[in-house]
Amino acid sequence: MGKVLVFAEHTNGKLKRSSIELIQAAAKSGNTVVAVAFGAHAADVTAAMGHNGANEAHIVKDAALDAYNPESFTANIVAIINKVQPSIVLASASSTGKDLFPRVAARLNTGVASDCTELKISGDNVTAVKPMYSGKAFATVNFENSPIKIVLMRANQLPVEAADTAKTANVVEHAAAATDLKTLIKEIVKGASEKLDLTEANIIVSGGRGLKEAGNFKMLNDLADVLGATVGASRAVVDAGWVGHGMQVGQTGKTVAPTLYIAVGISGAIQHLAGMSGSKVIVAINNDANAPIFQKATYGIVGDAFDIVPKLTEEFKKALHH
Amino acid sequence: MKIFVCIKQVPDTETKIKISPDQTGIEAAGIKWVMNPYDEYAVEEANKLRDANPGSQVWVLSVGPKARVVESLRTALAMGSDEAIVVNAEGLDSFATAKALAEVIKAEGGAKVIFSGKLAIDDNASSVSQMMAEFLGVPHTTVVSKFAFTPESVTVERDIEGGAKEVVQMMTPAVVAANKGLNMPRYASLPGIMKAKKKTIKEIEFASLNIPATDIKVKYSGMTLPAEKPAVKMISGDAAAQASELVKLLRDEAKVL
Ligand SMILES: Cc1cc2nc3c(=O)[nH]c(=O)nc-3n(C[C@H](O)[C@H](O)[C@H](O)COP(=O)(O)OP(=O)(O)OC[C@H]3O[C@@H](n4cnc5c(N)ncnc54)[C@H](O)[C@@H]3O)c2cc1C
Ligand SMILES: Cc1cc2nc3c(=O)[nH]c(=O)nc-3n(C[C@H](O)[C@H](O)[C@H](O)COP(=O)(O)OP(=O)(O)OC[C@H]3O[C@@H](n4cnc5c(N)ncnc54)[C@H](O)[C@@H]3O)c2cc1C
Repeated sequence: MGKVLVFAEHTNGKLKRSSIELIQAAAKSGNTVVAVAFGAHAADVTAAMGHNGANEAHIVKDAALDAYNPESFTANIVAIINKVQPSIVLASASSTGKDLFPRVAARLNTGVASDCTELKISGDNVTAVKPMYSGKAFATVNFENSPIKIVLMRANQLPVEAADTAKTANVVEHAAAATDLKTLIKEIVKGASEKLDLTEANIIVSGGRGLKEAGNFKMLNDLADVLGATVGASRAVVDAGWVGHGMQVGQTGKTVAPTLYIAVGISGAIQHLAGMSGSKVIVAINNDANAPIFQKATYGIVGDAFDIVPKLTEEFKKALHH
Repeated sequence: MKIFVCIKQVPDTETKIKISPDQTGIEAAGIKWVMNPYDEYAVEEANKLRDANPGSQVWVLSVGPKARVVESLRTALAMGSDEAIVVNAEGLDSFATAKALAEVIKAEGGAKVIFSGKLAIDDNASSVSQMMAEFLGVPHTTVVSKFAFTPESVTVERDIEGGAKEVVQMMTPAVVAANKGLNMPRYASLPGIMKAKKKTIKEIEFASLNIPATDIKVKYSGMTLPAEKPAVKMISGDAAAQASELVKLLRDEAKVL
C-alpha cells in the first residue's frame, strides 16, 4: 500500500463537500491518506480531515495562500508532494483544481486525468472514468509513465458517509515555499450569489426562455430557496442579459452534476444537454410535449411554468418542513 | 511582437459519434470537424491585440493529423491570423500535446502572449495551456473573460466559482486561456477566405521535435456510449396534482429529497 494525497479545499476553514468525498474515498482504499490544506484558516480543517479518514493533515498556514495564485500554489503543492511521495493525488475538478494540477503534473513529469466521474483505487493503482464529447461517451483513463497519478474528480460523484469524530489526523505544518511570482492577484470581485457554485450544487433549478423575462427568475429563486438549490440558466437567457454568464449551464457554460436538476422552460438543445446530462435525476417542465428535453428527463411535466412552479414551491415546503 | 494562438480541431457538438472497435477513441470517418469553440475567442483576442499594436503578427498553431487540421488553421487565417503551423501527430495526450506546442513556440523565437481556449469540448480536459505554460516557464491564467495589454504585463479577468471574478496581472510572456464572453469572434470575410487559401501552412513532423514516447502520460480505453436512459415518466393532471405527484416521486421513488 502507498500514500494517497488529497488536496483539500475549504471556505474560511470549512472543508468543502467535494474534498470530504475525496478523503473518504482515499480512506476506503486502505492507503495512508495525507490531506493538504493552505491558507490562514488551514488549521481549522485538520479535525474534519481526521474525522473523515485522513491519517495526516498537512497544512501551510499562510495568509498569502488564502487566495488562489497558480504559481504559489504550484510551488507549495509540489514541495509537499516531493516530501510525502504519494503514488496517487486526488483533487476536485473545481476552478482551482483544474487550473492548478495540469501545471503541477507538468512540473512533476506525470499524468493528470481531469474532470472524472468515477474513481477506482486498487493499491497503488488508479483508473478513472471521464465523460467525453460533451457526455456522449465515457472513457477509462489509464496512466502510463506516471510516477504519481493525479485524478481530478467532479463534485457530487462519490458517496459521503457520516464523519467519525473519534478519528484524528497527525498535523504536520509546513513553511510556505519561496516563490518568485510573475502573477499577481489584484482583486477578487465577489459574485452576486451566496449559494453554492453550480459545479458543486446538489440541486439545481434552471430557467430558459420559457420564463419570458428576467423578472420571472424570482419564481425560480423562490423554489431554489425552499430546496437549498442553486439557480442556473440556458444560454438563450444569458445572451438576452436576464442573468449573468456565471449561471449558464452547457457546452459554453458550466458542466454540472447535481443529484437533482429541474429544467423550467428550457427546450433541451444539444449544447444545453452537454452541460447537464450527467445529472442523476432530471425534471423537465415545458409547455411543449415535443420539447427535446423530455428525451433526457427522468420525470416530465407538460404545462405552463407559471402555473406549475409556484405550486411546486408550496408542495416542497410542505414535504420538507414538517 | 509575436502572438501565438493554439487551436484544436474537435468534432462538432451536433455530430453523431461512433466508438472505434478497440474502444480507445472514436471513428474519424463521418465526423464534422470544427475549430474548438473557445479557440475562436482566442483567435479573435489575438487579432485585436495585433491590430492595436502595429508591426505585430498572429501565428496560429495546431497539433493533430495534418490532413484535416489544416482546415481549422485556414479558418483562423480567414479570420485574420497571419501565419499558421501544423504539427503532424496522432494519438497524443494533453501532456505530449503541450510539450509539442511549447517546443514549436520556443523554436519560433517565443511569443509575447500565447492564447488558447479554456478547454477543448472533446476531452473536456482543460490541461493543455497550463502544461504548456509550465514547459515554457511563463505564467498562465485560465477561464479569462477580459484582457488588457501593456508591453510589460497583461491584466486579465478570470471567472471563478459562484459568479466571482479575479483580476490577475501577469508579467509577459504569458499564457491566456479564453472563456466565452472575452469578445465576439469575427466571421471569416470572403477576401479573408480567398487570401487564406493561398497561404502556405508550415508543416512540422512531431517526430522531428524529439519528444520521448514516455511523454504520453495517459491513454483511454473502454470507451462506451452512455447507458440508455429509462423512458421519461410523464406526470399528468392539473398543475396542483402534477406538483404533488412530482414531489412524491422525488421523495419516495428517486429518493433525492
Ligand atoms: C456553439 C454553441 C454553443 C452553445 N452553448 C450553449 C450552452 O452552453 N448552454 C445553453 O443552454 N445553450 C447553448 N447554446 C444554445 C442552444 O443551442 C439553445 O439555443 C439554447 O439552449 C436555447 O435556450 P432555451 O431552451 O432557454 O430557449 P428555447 O429554445 O427558446 O426554449 C424555450 C422553451 O421554453 C418552453 N416554454 C415557453 N413558454 C413556456 C411556459 N410558459 N412554460 C413552460 N415552458 C415554456 C418552450 O416550449 C421551449 O421549449 C449554444 C449554441 C451554440 C451554437
Ligand atoms: C478523435 C480523437 C482521438 C483521440 N485518440 C486518443 C488516443 O488514442 N489516445 C490518447 O491518449 N488521446 C487521444 N485523444 C486525445 C487528444 O489527442 C489529447 O488529449 C488532446 O490533444 C489534448 O487536448 P485536451 O482536450 O486535453 O485540451 P484542453 O486542455 O481541454 O484544451 C485547451 C486548449 O488547449 C489548446 N489545445 C489543446 N489541444 C491542442 C492541439 N492538439 N493543438 C493545438 N492546441 C491545442 C487549445 O487552445 C484548447 O482550447 C484523441 C482525441 C480525439 C479528438
